Amino acid sequence: MNFEDHEETHPLDNLILSERMPHIWCPGCGIGIVLNCYLRALIESNIDLNNVVVVSGIGCTGRIANYVALDSFHTTHGRAIPIAMGVKIVKPNLKVVVISGDGDLFAIGGNHFIHAARRNVDLLVICVNNFNYGMTGGQVGPTTPFQSVTTTTPYGNIEHPFNLPYLATAAGAVFVARWTIAQPFALIKTIKKALQKSGFSFIEVIAPCITLYARYNRLGGPSEVLKYLLQNSVIKNGIDPALVDIDKDKKIIVGEFIDRDRPELVKELYRIIKEQSGLELKSIVSGG
Amino acid sequence: MQGDEACAEGAIVAGCRVFAGYPITPSTEIAERLAIRLPQVGGVFIQMEDELSSIALIIGASYAGAKAMTATSGPGMSLFMENIGLAFMTETPIVIVNVMRGGPSTGQPTRASQGDVMQAKWGSHGDYEIIALSPFSVQEMFDLTIEAFNLAEKFRTPVVLLADEIVGHMREKVVIKLPEEVEIVNRKKPLSKESFLPFKPDEDLVPPMACFGEGFKIHVTGLTHDFSGFPSSVDPGVHWKLVKRLCDKIRLNSEKIIKIDERFMEDAEIIVVAYGAPARSSLRAVRIAREKGLKVGLCRLITLWPFPQRKFLEYAKHAKAFIVVEMNYGQIVREVERCVQGKPVFFLPKMGGDPHTPNEILNLIYEVNEDEF
Ligand SMILES: Cc1ncc(C[n+]2csc(CCOP(=O)(O)OP(=O)(O)O)c2C)c(N)n1
Ligand SMILES: [Mg+2]
Repeated sequence: MNFEDHEETHPLDNLILSERMPHIWCPGCGIGIVLNCYLRALIESNIDLNNVVVVSGIGCTGRIANYVALDSFHTTHGRAIPIAMGVKIVKPNLKVVVISGDGDLFAIGGNHFIHAARRNVDLLVICVNNFNYGMTGGQVGPTTPFQSVTTTTPYGNIEHPFNLPYLATAAGAVFVARWTIAQPFALIKTIKKALQKSGFSFIEVIAPCITLYARYNRLGGPSEVLKYLLQNSVIKNGIDPALVDIDKDKKIIVGEFIDRDRPELVKELYRIIKEQSGLELKSIVSGG
Repeated sequence: MQGDEACAEGAIVAGCRVFAGYPITPSTEIAERLAIRLPQVGGVFIQMEDELSSIALIIGASYAGAKAMTATSGPGMSLFMENIGLAFMTETPIVIVNVMRGGPSTGQPTRASQGDVMQAKWGSHGDYEIIALSPFSVQEMFDLTIEAFNLAEKFRTPVVLLADEIVGHMREKVVIKLPEEVEIVNRKKPLSKESFLPFKPDEDLVPPMACFGEGFKIHVTGLTHDFSGFPSSVDPGVHWKLVKRLCDKIRLNSEKIIKIDERFMEDAEIIVVAYGAPARSSLRAVRIAREKGLKVGLCRLITLWPFPQRKFLEYAKHAKAFIVVEMNYGQIVREVERCVQGKPVFFLPKMGGDPHTPNEILNLIYEVNEDEF
């Protein structure tokens, strides 16, 4: 087959910057699946793509911002959420989505995560939980399962990981869900739902780092990992997030756990502007 | 009005519509005033969980199209450092106010200092340039805040207002000008979307700024990037070209940026160099010395960075000696020494929070005057 004459198109051609390929992710990496699901959810939601901003931090997952034909900000390590908040506050009509890694969102950026959830600012945060710091070579992180081996826990992880959905719920998120990369269609559906929510929404996607975490912990290659995730996930929509902690010997509980409503920060900020100035603003762009 | 409050009013006149900050003495009054004032003019005040998120938020706000500011003191300034680099690298106009107090560490929360001058210039990693302005009165807290916004917008770069606790907390009469009465600069916008490259500079080295939600689909990254904005972080040429341009944007325009307040300088043989609060007592000392017939002048630095090195090369041709008065243990004095071609430089440091008295400065002027050069 002559490649030049090949006319078939990919459904995401308009959204993925093919000129930026090849990407930096390892073969079999789950980040590609998450990106794919996210972009499909955007298309299926019929959102005006001029009004979508992707904000990510630093790490393998953070590189998602580099490959999408959307407004995108690849920020500093841990600071994606407050930067996204700044964008959202100035232009509330934008759909601002943070996609980043577990270390970025919950170690160096953990404080911003809980405070953004507490404030209930209208952001969708998608965390690719690969159980380690992928970009820097597979070190332990705040979501690394107990006793796992990483490059900085050569004798096994003696710390316990965050239960992310529980953390998000306790901090105040209005929509909380978890899937693995072995359930892409459910993930698309959940992202679509979260995009419609007004408030702080959080989706955790389990995607064990193939090159590092899976290798050090003898989970096998990409297909074995997918099989493992499929066989070991249990769907429990609406379950109390306190019960969804991840442990090597436990099933991975997935599903949509929380869907509730609370007053949203940006709407409240604009309400105060209206009360104090009489102005009914749609954005607060300077000089325009 | 208090200096900090004048700063807040200046921000509003400049068009600032987003403020994010974290309380810290002696800058808190800026936040408190803006918490009241911004909603009244259609803006947003938000108190964040720390300084890391405060500066991050205003970077996001600026890229969405708003003029945005944060304010802090030394400990918070230290936390800003990484994102000052991000703002520089991504050419984000933001204004950062540092009302300096005694450091290092928690130091003297309620006392004045000028200990963060070098930090502003060198505190973030990598090669960068900063613009930093130093107000010496409540009026200048107002005027220079406007100037800081104008410079940030003009050069698409972070600008620091380096005030000190004395000017921040002092009360003086201030003329609040209306937006119509002052020059207000807004960032250059791209003229068309056709083959637009978001980081391709014009002749002035500054690229027009496309913002989020304007349909440009821009990519912004702190990684080394080319004109397209996309990362190209291993090519030495791309990095050299980018960082050189970002620095040159300020270095080559330094004559347009720099402001100096010169007093009694025409025939001055001894030049007193000061900025911020100590410039007030320096001015008094210089006046008295003049009354006594001594040929002494005051060079009050309004712009600290970029440092006016050309000006000092000039001074060095005529002056016999320099006296640098700073509330620290030696910062701007190093720049003066670097620029005056071996002419004698006397240094009058002071730490602890009390400003120099005119007499302290005067005594050094007399001493220097008696020296033979
Ligand atoms: C302030 C700072 N500290 C450390 C780093 C180095 N660093 C880059 S990515 C990363 C961890 C990324 O882990 P995670 O967020 O889980 O993303 P992943 O690569 O696993 O997708 C670290 C520590 C950095 N870039 N900045
Ligand atoms: Mg990770």
